[in-house]
Amino acid sequence: MESIQSAAQVTSWLVTGRVLFLLIHILGVLCFACIVAKRLVPLVRGQRDLRFDQPLVRLGRVLKFWLGQWKQPRYKVAGTIHIFIFTGFIVLAIRAFSVLIVGVSQNFVMPGLSGRTGEIYNTITDYAATVVFLCMAIAVIRRLVFKPARYAVPTRFGKAHTADAIFLLSLIAILMVADSLFAAAKAAAQSQQGQPLEVLAVFSLPWILQGVFASTALPTLGRLYFGAYLLHEVTFYFLLCYRPFGIQFHVETSLFNIYFAKLDREILKPVRWGVSDEHLDQVKSFGVKTFEDFTWKHMLDFYSCADCGRCSDNCPANAVGRPLSPRFITTKARDYAFQHYPVVGSSNNGTPLIGGIYSADEIWSCTTCGACEEECPLLVEYIDKIVDLRRGMIDDGNVPQSLQKPLKALESRGNPYGKMEKKKADWTKAKEFQQTCDVRVLNGNDGADTLYFVDSITAYDDRMQSIGRATAKILNHVGENFGILGAAERDSGHEVRRFGEETLFMALRDHNVEAIKASGVKRIVTADPHAFNALKHDYKDVPPVEHISQVIAREVKAGKIKFNPIKKADNVYTYHDPCYLGRHNKIYDDPRDVLDAIPGLKRVEMSRSRDRSFCCGGGGLMLFYEPKEDERMGVKRVRMAAEAGANVIVTACPFCMVNIEDAIKVAGMEGKMTAIDLAELVDQQIAHESQKVA
Amino acid sequence: MEILVCVRRVPDTSENEIELNSAGNDIERDDLVYSINEPDNYAVEEALQIVARVGGNVTVATVGGEDDEEIIRREMAMGANHGVLITDEAFCGSDGKGIATILKAYVQKGSYDLIMTGVQAEDGGAQVGGMLAALLDYPFASLVNSIEVLDGKKLKISREIEGGNKEISEIDLPCLLSIQTGINEPRYVGMKGIRQVASIPIPTFGVSNLGLDPSAVGEAAAKVKRVDYFIPALGKGAEILHGTREENIDKVLELVAAKGGLK
Amino acid sequence: MARIFAYIVHKGGVVDDSAFELAAAARKIDPAATPTAILAGQGADLDAACSALGASYAEVWKIANEGLAYPNAELIRKAMVKVLPSGSILLVAHEHFGIDLAPGLSIKLNSAFVSDVLDIAGVEGDALKVVRQEFGGQVSAHVRCDISSGAVITIRPGAFKSQDGAPLSGTVVDKSADVGPLTAGRRYLETVVAEAGDVDITKHNILVSIGRGIQEKDNVAIAQELADALGAAVSCSRPVVDAKWMEKSRQVGSSGKTVKPKVYLACGISGAFQHLAGIKGSPFLIAINKNPKAPIFQVADVGIVDDLLEFLPELTAKVHEMRTVAAK
Repeated sequence: MESIQSAAQVTSWLVTGRVLFLLIHILGVLCFACIVAKRLVPLVRGQRDLRFDQPLVRLGRVLKFWLGQWKQPRYKVAGTIHIFIFTGFIVLAIRAFSVLIVGVSQNFVMPGLSGRTGEIYNTITDYAATVVFLCMAIAVIRRLVFKPARYAVPTRFGKAHTADAIFLLSLIAILMVADSLFAAAKAAAQSQQGQPLEVLAVFSLPWILQGVFASTALPTLGRLYFGAYLLHEVTFYFLLCYRPFGIQFHVETSLFNIYFAKLDREILKPVRWGVSDEHLDQVKSFGVKTFEDFTWKHMLDFYSCADCGRCSDNCPANAVGRPLSPRFITTKARDYAFQHYPVVGSSNNGTPLIGGIYSADEIWSCTTCGACEEECPLLVEYIDKIVDLRRGMIDDGNVPQSLQKPLKALESRGNPYGKMEKKKADWTKAKEFQQTCDVRVLNGNDGADTLYFVDSITAYDDRMQSIGRATAKILNHVGENFGILGAAERDSGHEVRRFGEETLFMALRDHNVEAIKASGVKRIVTADPHAFNALKHDYKDVPPVEHISQVIAREVKAGKIKFNPIKKADNVYTYHDPCYLGRHNKIYDDPRDVLDAIPGLKRVEMSRSRDRSFCCGGGGLMLFYEPKEDERMGVKRVRMAAEAGANVIVTACPFCMVNIEDAIKVAGMEGKMTAIDLAELVDQQIAHESQKVA
Repeated sequence: MEILVCVRRVPDTSENEIELNSAGNDIERDDLVYSINEPDNYAVEEALQIVARVGGNVTVATVGGEDDEEIIRREMAMGANHGVLITDEAFCGSDGKGIATILKAYVQKGSYDLIMTGVQAEDGGAQVGGMLAALLDYPFASLVNSIEVLDGKKLKISREIEGGNKEISEIDLPCLLSIQTGINEPRYVGMKGIRQVASIPIPTFGVSNLGLDPSAVGEAAAKVKRVDYFIPALGKGAEILHGTREENIDKVLELVAAKGGLK
Repeated sequence: MARIFAYIVHKGGVVDDSAFELAAAARKIDPAATPTAILAGQGADLDAACSALGASYAEVWKIANEGLAYPNAELIRKAMVKVLPSGSILLVAHEHFGIDLAPGLSIKLNSAFVSDVLDIAGVEGDALKVVRQEFGGQVSAHVRCDISSGAVITIRPGAFKSQDGAPLSGTVVDKSADVGPLTAGRRYLETVVAEAGDVDITKHNILVSIGRGIQEKDNVAIAQELADALGAAVSCSRPVVDAKWMEKSRQVGSSGKTVKPKVYLACGISGAFQHLAGIKGSPFLIAINKNPKAPIFQVADVGIVDDLLEFLPELTAKVHEMRTVAAK
């Protein structure tokens, strides 16, 4: 070593380590390959999942969500940091590759990166390494000092993940330092000898380090050069092999997870992919009961979670203290996979999940609002898993007593209240209403163009019937030739399906589809977003369906609906996006356009609105479930409305209405806050012909 | 342990409005939904739990007609190993003792360690269980809300008595227990399970293969017969307050103060 | 007319209220009857119980037996078979003991059996016509019972009002010798007393009682607020306990507590008799229920057809208002 006299010797000394480096390469790559192979074992045992269609669309989504980091900016600070880190990694990838090969083949230069292009590339990567290093420092400080709430681990889920996070962040920082030091040592040696420099980017980490070691003796530089290389290689391979043991595995799996992500989020996973409804009786066990019942893509989801906590941060069940926290649904399953399918040792499988890593209440607590899926930057899917776990519990008869009654009523009476079928159209018979608005009950093909699908709560609940009447009056006003199914209508089965009772859902669906077909209508309208979602996505072979807000918006734009000005001028209105109208079906603007068309209506936006809307508490069967919670979701939502300065909440869903009106009472805000349905408000404000000024 | 649970199909009170028919001699049965009598369902669940602990089989039986088969199937979907329909025209119009006589003949065809019934039915008299036990000379306990198997020969049971207290007894097998609701949390029976048992053949038993004397059962033998249904005149009931809510509230407070002395 | 007997339930030397109701029922079946009381038990408690019946029964048959220190229905049935003359009519109160004893006893006596009778409609030849209820009290029915070989009839507690009439002699007849040693396949071990809850509803003058109509656990608070405002306690019916919305110690009814308040507000309670059986002392009963056909309106003094979830909070607010006014 002492014989090093020149910069060239500094770098060429690396050759002495060639065999070592090659060994490390081979060991590292082999190790990684074995680990990945072991990680794939449960996926091979998992259920099938059809994710190989539409490759171009999938590639497009990879560009948007992976390369484009589309969801990251939803959290500004963390998102920005991550975009920098991600970009840095992508940019550094080729450099890292080159560095690794240089140890074995000294003069290796990446094809296409020689000469001027190479210099520019090196400048960029110098800055990239610096930025990544700084981001690591910022990330560590965030974890230790600012401690964002969503990273915290509630005691029931185990110890904090801070130590592990800092360990990984530090390793990446070390990698950047090693890489920079490698370049810096060489540059320092060259500058001492006045040789043609590889110019380091000004103020970058390598540049700084070069400054530090500018006058260091050549032999020392030689050792630094060698050492930095070794450190880089060892750290690189350590990280490579360590990542599959924790949340950092997302570095490798994210691209695949996004490629294979669900294209149409609204189509629920069938009981078994590849098994049609008619052949379902061949499937002995429904749902997910053990880990191997998950599909391979669900397992990939578990591997791909980055533990960022954004899902749980937006989960309304988590916010009110229910046992559910989506982040831990994923990490617990991942830990289960690591434990039962270890890299070293044999696999042991088949223990039940419910009563094991999950509690039944944890799984029943979900309202399927979709906030978690909307937020996840890795497109991890939750609703299908919750539904599958519920299917398993239903199959085993493990159902809370509070849900058994409405399910039994749905089976015998077609609605969860146990009310008689022949009373389903009674809402049309309210005295005053009947005189002004005649609602036809269709008996087979009665020549109606449109079906108003009322669904259970609007038909049977005393309060919600007024939404039905308002909707009917609006349809009348715009001259719609419509009717209702009356006693022939069963519950849409939307929540029945999402609570895992697939067979009962199919019975309700088939009955409704037959009745709809028999009526011969060409389109369907409903005021119930759950029915809307079911008819649109869960039902096949039915005419196109619209929500009443879409109809009203269109008629307003066409000039067929005009409004009288709001009487109470100092009311401040805010619109609450129902989960199944907004987030799940992306209908955000139509209801707002309608409200904005009412003269004198002052409207404010809550901070959580549109796709960040906060679930009211859920609908359908969720109204019967008795969760353990600290507070009601509706109460939180009502307080959000008050915070936004509103005193009237407008919503477009009967279940939101139930929950919000209830919450107003529970929160003690009667007199300070009221709620009204969009259809009711429109009906109230519609300017009728007789009112128009001649 | 071989357990027999005697069950009954009844109109479901929570999903029906019980009204008189136009002739006034029965309730309006056209639009009724039926289900298994609730206490009977608890009994089946208890039987399934006992058998899960100590091994054995659960048989579910009912005395009725074709329509009653559906609850046998439902309890089999729940987990009962065998289901039996005891049916014969000669059984129509039987009173409680008649039903118990029919069930006794069935019980004596097999060998059951434990027989359970629900404590009473919506339209029944809390009688069949006790009667069947007396006909068989089996020890009997009603309103049972807890069962512990001591060994193959005895059980430790708890009966529900006044004040929420529990009467603990030891009872010899074979015995008969009538089960009170709340003894357990019955498991859910999904539609998938019901469909899977929809075509299982259910064996039937009638007068001949039970070796019954037809004159001991049926309408002719019945000593107790329901003559009619009626809604009693709402003569002296409550004085219904017809004011506005505010007026009613004021009146209520007035009465409470007058009658009870508000603190 | 056959001889009428009444089996009397007693505890600690005190007879149950039903003893006098059974006497009234006996007289309704046969106005000329002099009903005989039958008691089984042991020692001083049994004697005290027998002497308490003097005014209402002409004869009191006493069955004293070591094995009957605790009223085990299996043993008592065997005793009754030995003692009762054939063809008699035996009345028993329809509660947990009667349900245990009566059906099997009717078989051993080879008599007819009718349970939970509310009223006697008359005697027609060999048959007795009685009134029962079905479907949770939603409909009533007339039932004909052939009493030619006797009958065992259980009577709904509270259905017949005990009457004051000319006092009868109450001669005690000791029938113990007819019985002999008793064994049965069911042996009493012990009684486990229900855990005392935080609130003793039997000690309150005003009770705000809730039933299924409260709909969910969170709404129990609505009743609690009213109770707090009135200085009352919250009690409930069985379905509320089954759903685990309240503790068992709050349950009023035949399998819960017996209460004797001055005022009873029955909110969202349908009025099933098992619940009403727990209300004694004829309190002023105010019923609030959404369903105008609820059986509770038959027995309440005052009824309001309204949604309790809306009515109660307004009532609470009014109480607060009244108190603030009074305090000024």
